[in-house]
Amino acid sequence: MNNQANTPRVPDEVGVPDPFQYMHPVLKANYGNWDWHDRPRPGVLRHVSKSGDVIYTVRAGTQRQMDVFTVRRLCDIGDQYADGHVRFTTRSNIEFMVADENKVAPLIEALEEAGFPVGGTGASVSMISHTQGWLHCDIPGTDASGVVKGLMDMLHKEFVQEKMPNRLRITTSCCQINCGGQGDIAVNVQYTKPPKINHDLVANVCERPAVVARCPVAAIRPAMVNGKPSLEVDEKKCVCCGACYPPCPPMQINGADSTKIAIWVGGKHSNARSKPTFHKLAVANLPNNAPHWPEVQDVVRRIVKAYKSDAQHWERMGEWIDRIGWKRFFEMTDLAFTKHHLETWTGARNTMNMSAHLHF
Amino acid sequence: MKDHDETGEGRMVHPTPQLDELEGGPWPSFVTGLKRLRDQGAPNNQKMMNDLLGQLNHSYENRLGYWKGGTVSVFGYGGGIIPRFSEVAEKFPESKEFHTLRVMPPAGYHYTTDILRKLCDIWERHGSGLIAFHGQSGDIMFQGCTTENTQKAFDELNEIGFDLGGAGPALRTAMSCVGHARCEQSCYDEVRAHRTIINKLLDEMHRPSLPYKFKFKFSGCANDCVNAIHRADFAVIGTWRDDIKINQEKVKEHIKEKGRRYTTDTVLKMCPTRAISLNDDDTLEIDNKSCVRCMHCINVMTKALSPGDDRGISIMVGGKRALKIGDLMGIMVVPFMKLESDEDFEKLEDLAERLVEFFADNALEHERIGETIDRIGLPAFLEAMEIEPDPNMVNHPRTSCYVRTDDFDEEAAKWFDRQAAETAAE
Repeated sequence: MNNQANTPRVPDEVGVPDPFQYMHPVLKANYGNWDWHDRPRPGVLRHVSKSGDVIYTVRAGTQRQMDVFTVRRLCDIGDQYADGHVRFTTRSNIEFMVADENKVAPLIEALEEAGFPVGGTGASVSMISHTQGWLHCDIPGTDASGVVKGLMDMLHKEFVQEKMPNRLRITTSCCQINCGGQGDIAVNVQYTKPPKINHDLVANVCERPAVVARCPVAAIRPAMVNGKPSLEVDEKKCVCCGACYPPCPPMQINGADSTKIAIWVGGKHSNARSKPTFHKLAVANLPNNAPHWPEVQDVVRRIVKAYKSDAQHWERMGEWIDRIGWKRFFEMTDLAFTKHHLETWTGARNTMNMSAHLHF
Repeated sequence: MKDHDETGEGRMVHPTPQLDELEGGPWPSFVTGLKRLRDQGAPNNQKMMNDLLGQLNHSYENRLGYWKGGTVSVFGYGGGIIPRFSEVAEKFPESKEFHTLRVMPPAGYHYTTDILRKLCDIWERHGSGLIAFHGQSGDIMFQGCTTENTQKAFDELNEIGFDLGGAGPALRTAMSCVGHARCEQSCYDEVRAHRTIINKLLDEMHRPSLPYKFKFKFSGCANDCVNAIHRADFAVIGTWRDDIKINQEKVKEHIKEKGRRYTTDTVLKMCPTRAISLNDDDTLEIDNKSCVRCMHCINVMTKALSPGDDRGISIMVGGKRALKIGDLMGIMVVPFMKLESDEDFEKLEDLAERLVEFFADNALEHERIGETIDRIGLPAFLEAMEIEPDPNMVNHPRTSCYVRTDDFDEEAAKWFDRQAAETAAE
């Protein structure tokens, strides 16, 4: 523990801050008393309370990793147009609330002029939920902010308008732990080679039994290598998941060429219509091609295009694929269906088609 | 400041050709922000960001990360700081320590510009000037702090009412949707539920001693805007027991505006239990006994339909991502409970406490509660939690005959007793 002051200050364990001290007064006054909402235009929500109060919300995209100048710029806009109150969405969009309808247009103009796209509501592609990547993570296979920047540049138009069949949620993750979470489209690192072990370091750095226990396929066992206690990996068993790497950094899972990107589709959090679903593999082995990841962008573009052109209103990605069938999905996106798309993990059998229902 | 220029102290600005590629395009660029800190930031931010940009560009070139963890904490706490030490510090010494402070945001992510400016000022003084609103953990991520300044930054943040979030094998920072504050679909007071549980269990956050992480998330309805079912060990989802409320005049207006065919295709046909009928006079009829409270029709007809009045919560337990047995979603464990009176909240708090205690006592090291339930079976878990089995917990009853049923009659009697008690209570 770093006792950095001579007399350490005892923390005030305040816990989760009370939001009412920061909440827009109209939201506070109508807490739990809202009646209905609509969206006058993309990027704008109108909520009407049972009391008759109305609040307009203008939503704008941010880069999530913000320098203090960006935050202050957003605060300036909030002070000038939105009574000094803001909130963030779970996807790092910022929201400004205004009670006066006449303030909506100037607010939008100010945000756009400052470079913050207004949108992300309704049937749009909202901001990509993402992770830290090379900027800050200790185990990243790729960068997060860079991949997201490229994809959002490409999908910018779909953020500022509401012309998708339903909302389309994209996530990215820099390792197979998948901190970015489930998404209609998930862009995730997929390792392709077993870890490369620095046997000189294992004994000092890693708690070996914990590492052995971490492996989901029991491919790691203790071993003496060059006279030193270390670990070895049964490379035939290894599924290259990288689970051993966080507890044991000398088991390097990343390689400049062996760290690849896989794209998954059809994850859904909401319970609307169908039950929540996990995303499913669409394609693997795309190169980790910084700084623009063109191969990833190309596949995402194809999937978005197919979904946009073919799904019915309110169908999410996974629901659309359920209707048209996976055969048609792979045809429409020009992606290959391989043996690697067949589940081999626990519960695999439940993912197989045990019926005579077919798509032609 | 241009690339290759010298800074005031004679240090070179690292060229960042890879990152420069990410400054064009219509989306706000994080690289431009990092450069603003390098070029116009406070002197301490400038130095740190120059080397941080250098290291990040180095990662882009070699396609590898160069951070390692370690141990850094603040006085009195065991978690909440994510330590990062550079593995290429000889090249980029000013960002050799680049720790993150995970700080719990106000429930529902509400801020005044005034408090945001204060957060910025503190981070400009003691950190790098780079803040993420918010990390996937739900925290404000104050990214980039030296070991020496970690305590100073925390002390000042703490002075203005902010506290560290969770990291490691501990209770983690929770998330709640905008809910009651601005959403008519919200079925309970998310802020109160969120703060009641987390603030009660705070010790488990600040002094990590659980088998592994434990996450709470609070969504006001089944749209689950904070992704609780996938991502939380303990998901609280708003719902209701009585009938969906219908404003038939607004139904007619909706149909007039959108068309009968469109309404049939997007509302009736998409109801998962075929519970909605359109009458000949353009009014809607809903078979509420078949309705599963999925929220779809309410999402489409926001003015005409709304959740019923007998609102409350469902609790789902065991959501997590891949490590180690594979993805799990939360299992429905409490199909319905009211959450209005002080007594209701005490009941929720008690359940949360007992569940975390059960987790602490019974999970194996590095096991999430969902994995524990898989390992011991749902019946054992329910028994420990004193929760009775309910058909809403399953998609369908078991299909395997490998079960010992010699006490079936006693269990059936309990079911009928419970049914009778519920009927009597109504």
